[in-house]
Amino acid sequence: MNEFVAPEIDWAVLSPVLVVLAAGVVGVLVEAFVPARARRVVQLVLTLGALAGSLVAVALLWDRVLTDGLAFVVDGTVLLTPFTLGIQAVVALLALLGVLVVADRTSTGQDAFAPTAAAVPGTAYEDAARQAGLQQTEIYPLMLFATGGMLLFPATDNLIVLFIALEVLSLPLYVLCATARRRRLLSQEAAFKYFLLGSFASALMLFGIALVYGATATVSLELAVSRLANPDSPVLTMMPDLVIAAVLLISVGLLFKIGAAPFHTWTPDVYQGAPTPITAFMAACVKAAAIGAMVRVLFTLAAGLDEPLRRDLETGLWVVAILTMLVGTAAGAVQTDVKRMLAYSSIAHAGFLLVAMVGLDEVGAQAVLFYVLAYGLATLGAFAVVTLVREQDADGVVLGEATHLSQWAGLGRRSPLLATAFSLFLLSMAGIPLTAGFLAKFGAFSAAVEAGAWPLAVIGVLASIVAVFFYVRLIVLMVLTPPVEETADDGVTPAGAVAADGTPDDGFRDGEGVEDGPEPARTGTLTAARALAGRAAVVVVASQGPTAVAITVCAVGVVLLGIVPAAVLDWTTQAAAFRPFGP
Amino acid sequence: MTTQTLSLAPWLVATPLIGAALLLLIGRRGDRWGHWLGVLASTATFVIGLVILLDMLGVDAEQRVATSSVGTWIDAGPLTVDLGFQLDPLSMTFVMLVTFVGTLIHVYSVAYMSHDHDRRRFFAYLNLFVAAMLLLVLADNYLLLFVGWEGVGLASYLLIGFWDHHLPNAVAGKKAFLMNRVGDMGLIVAMMLMLATFGALDFGTVLGSADAADQGLNTAIGLMLLLAACGKSAQLPLQAWLGDAMAGPTPVSALIHAATMVTAGVYLLVRSGPLLEAAPDAQLVIAIVGALTLLFGAVVGCAKDDIKKALAASTMSQIGYMMLAAGLGPIGYAFAIFHLVTHGFFKAGLFLGAGSVMHGMDDDVDMRRFGGLWRLLPVTWITMGFGWLAILGVPPFSGFWSKDKIIEAAFVGEGWRPWVFGTVALVGAGITAYYMSRLFFMTFAGRRRWSADGADGTVERHPHESPLLMTVPMVVLALGSVGLGWVLAAGDGFVHWLEPVTGHAEHDEPVLAVPVIIGLTLTLVVVGAALAWVQYATRAVPTTAPPAPALVRAARVDLHQDDVNETLVMRPGQYLTRSMVFADRTAVDAGWLGLAGGVGRLGSWLRGWQSGYARQYAAITLGGLGVIVLVIWLVATTAG
Repeated sequence: MNEFVAPEIDWAVLSPVLVVLAAGVVGVLVEAFVPARARRVVQLVLTLGALAGSLVAVALLWDRVLTDGLAFVVDGTVLLTPFTLGIQAVVALLALLGVLVVADRTSTGQDAFAPTAAAVPGTAYEDAARQAGLQQTEIYPLMLFATGGMLLFPATDNLIVLFIALEVLSLPLYVLCATARRRRLLSQEAAFKYFLLGSFASALMLFGIALVYGATATVSLELAVSRLANPDSPVLTMMPDLVIAAVLLISVGLLFKIGAAPFHTWTPDVYQGAPTPITAFMAACVKAAAIGAMVRVLFTLAAGLDEPLRRDLETGLWVVAILTMLVGTAAGAVQTDVKRMLAYSSIAHAGFLLVAMVGLDEVGAQAVLFYVLAYGLATLGAFAVVTLVREQDADGVVLGEATHLSQWAGLGRRSPLLATAFSLFLLSMAGIPLTAGFLAKFGAFSAAVEAGAWPLAVIGVLASIVAVFFYVRLIVLMVLTPPVEETADDGVTPAGAVAADGTPDDGFRDGEGVEDGPEPARTGTLTAARALAGRAAVVVVASQGPTAVAITVCAVGVVLLGIVPAAVLDWTTQAAAFRPFGP
Repeated sequence: MTTQTLSLAPWLVATPLIGAALLLLIGRRGDRWGHWLGVLASTATFVIGLVILLDMLGVDAEQRVATSSVGTWIDAGPLTVDLGFQLDPLSMTFVMLVTFVGTLIHVYSVAYMSHDHDRRRFFAYLNLFVAAMLLLVLADNYLLLFVGWEGVGLASYLLIGFWDHHLPNAVAGKKAFLMNRVGDMGLIVAMMLMLATFGALDFGTVLGSADAADQGLNTAIGLMLLLAACGKSAQLPLQAWLGDAMAGPTPVSALIHAATMVTAGVYLLVRSGPLLEAAPDAQLVIAIVGALTLLFGAVVGCAKDDIKKALAASTMSQIGYMMLAAGLGPIGYAFAIFHLVTHGFFKAGLFLGAGSVMHGMDDDVDMRRFGGLWRLLPVTWITMGFGWLAILGVPPFSGFWSKDKIIEAAFVGEGWRPWVFGTVALVGAGITAYYMSRLFFMTFAGRRRWSADGADGTVERHPHESPLLMTVPMVVLALGSVGLGWVLAAGDGFVHWLEPVTGHAEHDEPVLAVPVIIGLTLTLVVVGAALAWVQYATRAVPTTAPPAPALVRAARVDLHQDDVNETLVMRPGQYLTRSMVFADRTAVDAGWLGLAGGVGRLGSWLRGWQSGYARQYAAITLGGLGVIVLVIWLVATTAG
């Protein structure tokens, strides 16, 4: 028996993750000990401070990791590479902006979250909580835990830690999704679906990890790769199917998180149902973290595969990329709900990211890093704008978000600045030159061409063209179409759930201002939301400040990345090294 | 010339431009005094021009050519274009013509437009025109010239359609603008060719190296410049807009569509003289265009009953003379410009006279309802009379000195050319005498075809002489019509004045003796005038156009110029655009709509999978994984 030796721990390497997780723990204590009135401010300061601290930690580690090529603790349980740090920086930055959107209570004085998420929707208890002005400040520690998980997700060599990170980031999100102040049943339904499907994907990934262990007798990525690549190794020759199954199953878990087809089905429903600030946070940060983990894990594993297996993996990526772009753009083009449209847009972007990845090399890693930053800024900004466009009932009470596209008509006249910012985000997502999105797409497609995957690049360009349609349609709607107070059906069948025998429309009983809705039965819950939308008047509420700051930062970022991208491109090039030189 | 004088050059353009800007920006507040600001800007420009002119007259002929650069305008690698001004006898001649006649017409307009509530805007456009025209003639490179070229086109468009509440006026403005675009394309192509050939656009480089360039290229550039000149100067085949341009207020017709802007084409060709001399074929085409147009305008002028349109046809014909002269080479350049200057005076005077007549006749323009006005409008009658004698070329009025020189020059040369061009010029002079006398007699002589009480089915009119603000400019211009030709011709003064630019031309003898030519010309003029006297002063003039032979009927509708344009250009153009639209709809749009429809159907189909049931989503996840595995397996097996 060996004597137990306390491991040497390099705390600096842990710091980006540790700061955030520790702040999350402190946040829980704050909930317990700080008086209710002060909690929000304390939580907010703590959260923003922790995320900023994480960014600082990343910056401090930067030179060291760049010089050494890696930094790790305890056999790579946490392992930093330049690419990992790059992803962590992007995640922390986007999370910081996301928290700003979450914190904003707008001119209505209400944030996007239920007074007490535990209350059953429509009960007297819920009313009482609302009357009492309760607020759910636990969202801040929850966000910190989720962010901690995201920071850890790409920062490990150990597949078990990878799985733990996945769960650490996912579980708080499941809860957060269920906390919407309005349309609470929709929110809870979304959270439950996300949880069920997320668990399913986690299980598949865990199975994949088990198969890796079965094939190589290790859960360390680098060790597994070196064993697979060992010329004397019998694994690849004797059990190629086992290896490719392992790689594919792990990929499924990651692809699920980035919302790639056919593992995307949760995305529209969850993005629509979740409180919009949380949607913004998820769409930007989770995708960045998951794609980071994917580059780390998949690219590394691919290095251990022999030629036929590598080709199998690439085939799989091709299929997923094509499917994802197709689903994202085609289904996005027929949406009538702005949140759902943005959800499909994010699916399409997952497809473009996969196009960048098919080379499984550093060119792809660099393109991916720039892409998630450009995409994250635009998406977060866009959802932040959505939080400010609200419905209003006849008494002038501001209700939930006005998400039906027809309600956005004429927004440019009502609120030119907001419409300008939103147009900017849409143009960036569409990949119009002089915005970040153009360079991001250019980088992604040229990475694919460099890897010899020009058909994918062609399909990507075609998909982009189709995507331009629904982005620009929204701009046209905002800028050129006069606002319609009594919105008629715009002739487009609502997207999403149209099952004739769908679930009852219980999602809306709590939604203020929707009681006068027609034909409640026989429509899917999500459809009903859109069918009922477009009734109330539309109003743009003023931000208290944080959301405005977030939107401004995103807009400026999108423009700067589009016009003077050199510094960031240099940075992403430096950060393209996704593998340690050899631990 | 002193540097101080040179530094004044930009102010020639800036002064009226500032005037225009102020008048436009000041808005309705300036309605009461804005017109005087316009007059002031124009006068100040004239004074600046005069200062430069006096300075220029004080130096030797060789030193009269100078350029003054404000700075670099375009710096694009190998190509640099200066914001430079060319000061030489040619440009100063134009400056004096434009500012002097322009100022007189500004003054005239104060009274003429006094009842128009948009008078301030009118003066803003007039100032804008002066600025653009001066930029056109002062530019020291083709590109800057082009800015002025477009500027005068814009001003012309704005002023033709000034009364755009009446649809035909707006249409006339559009017609002028569009036809000028055709010519502008010529100038643009010419500049492209210059860039390709000489690598520069400034007069110095282009004209200085034209000799060494390929003759074919020179010819191409020359023809493109001719196309530009045809558009701006209403020469065949781009002449059709000028008649309609009479829709603008009469002072506009006088200044822009008679005295100055329409002569810009002649300026362009004379300015490009050295290049044209290296392109004899282009020169020949220029002469032919000029000869054809001078006949065309003359024939049309004989049949027009609208006093302004008759004058417009005459303008076209007289510019034809200038064009013909410009096509004759160095021998003709000076005479082209000479005639341009005298024409600027007498034609502006005639137009202002016509405006005065209209002023007295309730804005009627139909000469068949005029007659016997000499007694009631004495100042108008006398000033127009001088203009009439001048355009007829009766000695010693100014037109004689300039037009006769062109006719003489047309008879110079070898082979068939002097006989053809000379004869055309000669016959043109006779026809000119006829139609201008017709105009003059129909208006002032003969029986009154109107009455003060509207009796006997005649129109009711109360003719009266115009106010001093209108008659004084008319008198000044009439004095020019009388004496300017003689003054400038004395000792060949004007020809020598232009020599630094046009070059010295050897005096070749015409194929007919000069006295013979003069004699023939004067005979034809007298015959033409007498014919008109008999027809329109002694006999009764029907108040509606009588039936007439085919040629007259054709001339009344401008020799079917609009029909020709419509048949040759407009209809084929419409068919072309229609077929393009058709192709766009059926092929291009259909393709895109098909794609869009496909995407929409695919989207709707995909939406069907999005049922909202978690169980189905899980199934899709698992089934999707199965599909991926299947594809991988298929690809792996087929690949071997």
